[in-house]
Amino acid sequence: MPQRLVVIGNGMAGARTVEEILARGGDFAITMFGAEPYGNYNRIMLSNVLAGVEDESGIFLNDLSWYADNGITLHTGREITRIDRFAKVVYDADGTATGYDKLIIATGSRAFVPPIPGVHRPGRGYHQGVFAFRTLDDTRGMIRYAREHQRAVVIGGGLLGLEAARGLQNHLPHVTLVHSAGHLMNAQLDEQGGNTLRRSVEALGIEVITGAYTTEILGKHTVTGVRLRDGRTVPCDVVVLAAGIRANAELAQTSGLVTERGIVVDDQMRALDEPDIYAVGECVQHRGETYGLVAPLWDQARVLAGHLTGADPHAAYHGSRVATKLKVAGVDVAAMGLREPERDDDETLVFAEPARGVYKRVIVRDGRLVGATLVGDVRKVAFLMQAFDRGLPLPEDRVELMFDLGAPSAEVSAAELSDDAQVCNCNGVTKAVIRDTVQAGCKTVTGVMDATRAGKGCGTCKGLVAQIVEWAAGGEVEEDPAASWYVPGVPMPKPELMRAIREHELTSVSQVFATLAPGGEEDARSKMGLASLLKMMWGARYVDERDARFINDRVHANIQRDGTFSVVPQMKGGVTTPAQLKRIAEVAERHQVPMVKLTGGQRIDLLGVPKEKLPTLWAELDMPSGYAYGKSFRTVKTCVGSDFCRFGVGDSTALGIAIEERYQGIEGPAKMKLAVTGCPRNCAEAYVKDLGVVAVEGGRWEIYVGGAAGAHVRKGDLLATVDSPAEVITLTGRFLQYYRENANWLERTYAFVPRVGIERIRAVVVDDADGLADDLDAAMDASVAAYRDPWKERAEPVTPGQFRTSLPLTVLPQVPVREETRP
Amino acid sequence: MTARPAEPGSAAGVSTAEPVIVAALGEIPLGEGRAYAVGDAMVAVFRLRDGSVRAVSAVCPHRGGPLADGQIDRSVVLCPLHLNAFDLTTGCSLSGQPDLTVYPVAVDDQDRVVVSPPVLSPPVPSPVPSPGD
Ligand code: SRM
Ligand SMILES: Cc1cc2nc3c(=O)[nH]c(=O)nc-3n(C[C@H](O)[C@H](O)[C@H](O)COP(=O)(O)OP(=O)(O)OC[C@H]3O[C@@H](n4cnc5c(N)ncnc54)[C@H](O)[C@@H]3O)c2cc1C
Ligand code: SF4
Ligand code: FES
Repeated sequence: MPQRLVVIGNGMAGARTVEEILARGGDFAITMFGAEPYGNYNRIMLSNVLAGVEDESGIFLNDLSWYADNGITLHTGREITRIDRFAKVVYDADGTATGYDKLIIATGSRAFVPPIPGVHRPGRGYHQGVFAFRTLDDTRGMIRYAREHQRAVVIGGGLLGLEAARGLQNHLPHVTLVHSAGHLMNAQLDEQGGNTLRRSVEALGIEVITGAYTTEILGKHTVTGVRLRDGRTVPCDVVVLAAGIRANAELAQTSGLVTERGIVVDDQMRALDEPDIYAVGECVQHRGETYGLVAPLWDQARVLAGHLTGADPHAAYHGSRVATKLKVAGVDVAAMGLREPERDDDETLVFAEPARGVYKRVIVRDGRLVGATLVGDVRKVAFLMQAFDRGLPLPEDRVELMFDLGAPSAEVSAAELSDDAQVCNCNGVTKAVIRDTVQAGCKTVTGVMDATRAGKGCGTCKGLVAQIVEWAAGGEVEEDPAASWYVPGVPMPKPELMRAIREHELTSVSQVFATLAPGGEEDARSKMGLASLLKMMWGARYVDERDARFINDRVHANIQRDGTFSVVPQMKGGVTTPAQLKRIAEVAERHQVPMVKLTGGQRIDLLGVPKEKLPTLWAELDMPSGYAYGKSFRTVKTCVGSDFCRFGVGDSTALGIAIEERYQGIEGPAKMKLAVTGCPRNCAEAYVKDLGVVAVEGGRWEIYVGGAAGAHVRKGDLLATVDSPAEVITLTGRFLQYYRENANWLERTYAFVPRVGIERIRAVVVDDADGLADDLDAAMDASVAAYRDPWKERAEPVTPGQFRTSLPLTVLPQVPVREETRP
Repeated sequence: MTARPAEPGSAAGVSTAEPVIVAALGEIPLGEGRAYAVGDAMVAVFRLRDGSVRAVSAVCPHRGGPLADGQIDRSVVLCPLHLNAFDLTTGCSLSGQPDLTVYPVAVDDQDRVVVSPPVLSPPVPSPVPSPGD
């Protein structure tokens, strides 16, 4: 019978320790308890989830199937409340007992909640609008709440507070950071470093108040502000606490283990005087230290696994030297060791360039690096980190600690690193592991990242991973070729692909595969992108193979979660008529359409229509398709403009309708959503559209491109200001054509415009610097002329069974029918 | 193979113990799929561009997507809902989902598509809930 191993806490340390035990072939019957209702996720990435740069689903390290596959019994959402050290049993809140032979406590830590009046409401936990920042649920709650509010105050100007503040900006317009110390990140930075950081943070639009104690959270039912000790109040409706962390050691303490600031452990991670109880992660105190970063817990997990499995009888943990890095895009900060010199004979080097937001300080004692601070330029961090960690001899010329002097830096610093230097702190990957992966034949950066998980955490080490791959491959590094291909199945970037298609006159998707794909192999993932490209290039000469189309484009409707479809008729500029509304109403009623909804694109959506009914609905509606399903020109949203609005300075409605009339249905690499608004109040949200037009005083029109307010939020760049609607229409067509020809598959304008650069786009589209304007206009004219309403394809199916149901007899998860819409 | 004569496309109710004619080949466009009832089961039949046919269970084990609406190439089908990929010949999931049931399928001498009962139906896998869902 294998020994029973119970792990309390299913966070980064607990799960990692179990991984290390499995990797050493440890033979245990493992049971894990986690208070959170999930598998193990990368807590570090919550900052990125809040900032909207990472998807929740991307942060899971071990999903539930991993536990099942490894024979681990996992109890999620179960908190252990008591350990009986004598009977060797743990109890959860319901009193359920689980026996163990060996016990690991990995309960982590929680947000420290300063005793500020108003933080809690009696009987309700946190005051509504007050959040901690520790768990996925905290993050979700914060995002949900912030989206509906205006002003946030973040209490705490350390690493977590800064990341919270930056992330919140993604969800609401005003963020203030309130910090009690005199400068930001005072635990890691000296005053000058903190002040340099402050300026960079303020430049991001975050208001910073330092030296400010919060004495009260105001507001009875909802938060209205915070009061500071000097009497000032800062109005706000969201408060985030990021004032530090406290180890979760109460369970251990009440169960009779020795605890101070954390659970006290020895060099084998054993709780004091307990032969069978161990602890790892943020809940422990080792040699007087507690840690708040992940790097130490990788070391601890290795030691504990080596010890428990017997794989390394001498395994011992001697503490970790940690470096702190801030994960705020555009504000680079790294710090390690001493903040300021302590002894008279400590050498220090300081470099400051406040205008560029750069500040560096290095502290050397007895020829060894004992502290380093880098703000605004962290290129030397890998080298410094290693010198600090290992006490390596330093270069004679100390300035080389701060700058690369002449030498080809990448190579040198990758080569300089020792084999066991940890490159990825999130996933604990060393240089040696990366080197071995490269030497085993994987010579692309993305391949190595996939194989080792290096760089897949917070991402700050990606540059270094790339350097090491380059170094290890001895200059034979292979570009991840696929990264530049237009579609995965044809190994060519878009310009080369287009040249080859023209040269061989390939007018159908199957011809492209036969001629250009390796082995002539078709690739299902590439079909849709190729179909779009060929249609754009060949117009009427394109040979339309229906199997190259995604289902939406085969049946001109958007597939939904239960396999039914939605019908969104065109409603140019969001303008409709009573007659049209009546017709829609009648059709919806006659066919008992489960839901009728106004879309975010200013039109009406009939949802839940079975495939076989689509042609009937189109015929009865007798309106053109709104193209709400394709990678194509979608809508032009408009506002009422000068016709009715007292502020309107241009007829935005008429112009919007004219643009939609002309460019309806044009395919592209991705969706194209436009808007025209009658004045800079911007009621049609033109600043955040693929192309947005804003009427300004004096009969002029501004054209913005590359805006977005979906998964990504970006204000468009001003392309041009023109004098007439006709010019707007021409430039719109020219820009869209330039985008169609040059953007990668599925690359929205919000990525395309910054990639190419607005200056370059303006030069081509507005100033005709390359002499391309006539060609672009002609190509667009041809596409416009080829427009045909796809909903006319209804009398006869184009392919046999085009509208035949694919729904199974077994019932799919149904889309709920809402009460008010039930016939 | 003994194909029972039946109205193409109207095979519902026929016992799965024997091969069933589900459709005339021409009813399935090249490179696409169509769904048919075979006994109590729903089967997605695909006509590959090389002319051969494949048949797999019609319901995606991920969240019930209609596989006959998916896009294919010579080896896989992509579910239209979340693009999970399945090998058309083995039914194996290529993206961590439970596998599909594969049905032996052939075209008879009158160009009719004949689907046979699965040789070995794999145990019905209970989908593992993923926390990312
Ligand atoms: C119906 C609608 C929601 C609504 O009820 O209002 C909608 C519904 C869908 N949106 Fe949307 N979006 C709708 C307006 C928007 C808007 C607002 C707008 O158009 O002004 C946005 C933000 C603007 C933008 O696109 O940037 C929007 C940003 C997205 C995104 C994120 C795109 C991005 O790259 O940022 C997706 C996902 C994607 O494209 O991959 C998406 C994807 C989807 C899909 C197509 C999901 C899918 O692939 O199946 C949804 C189809 C539901 C269905 O079953 O029919 N939808 N979606 C809106 C239809 C508008 C229309 O009339 O055409
Ligand atoms: C937003 C954010 C950003 C961060 N960024 C970084 C960074 O960039 N770099 C870095 O190095 N570190 C960062 N950290 C810190 C890092 O996440 C932690 O060091 C790490 O998660 C600690 O791991 P752990 O396993 O000790 O604790 P945790 O990951 O907190 O796991 C402990 C788990 O135990 C569970 N638990 C607690 N008590 C019980 C009980 N009685 N019964 C059952 N289960 C219980 C908890 O619910 C929790 O799931 C960040 C932290 C946050 C919150
Ligand atoms: S936001 Fe868009 S994609 Fe998401 S659920 Fe709503 S309609 Fe669907
Ligand atoms: S339902 Fe098929 S991939 Fe999700």
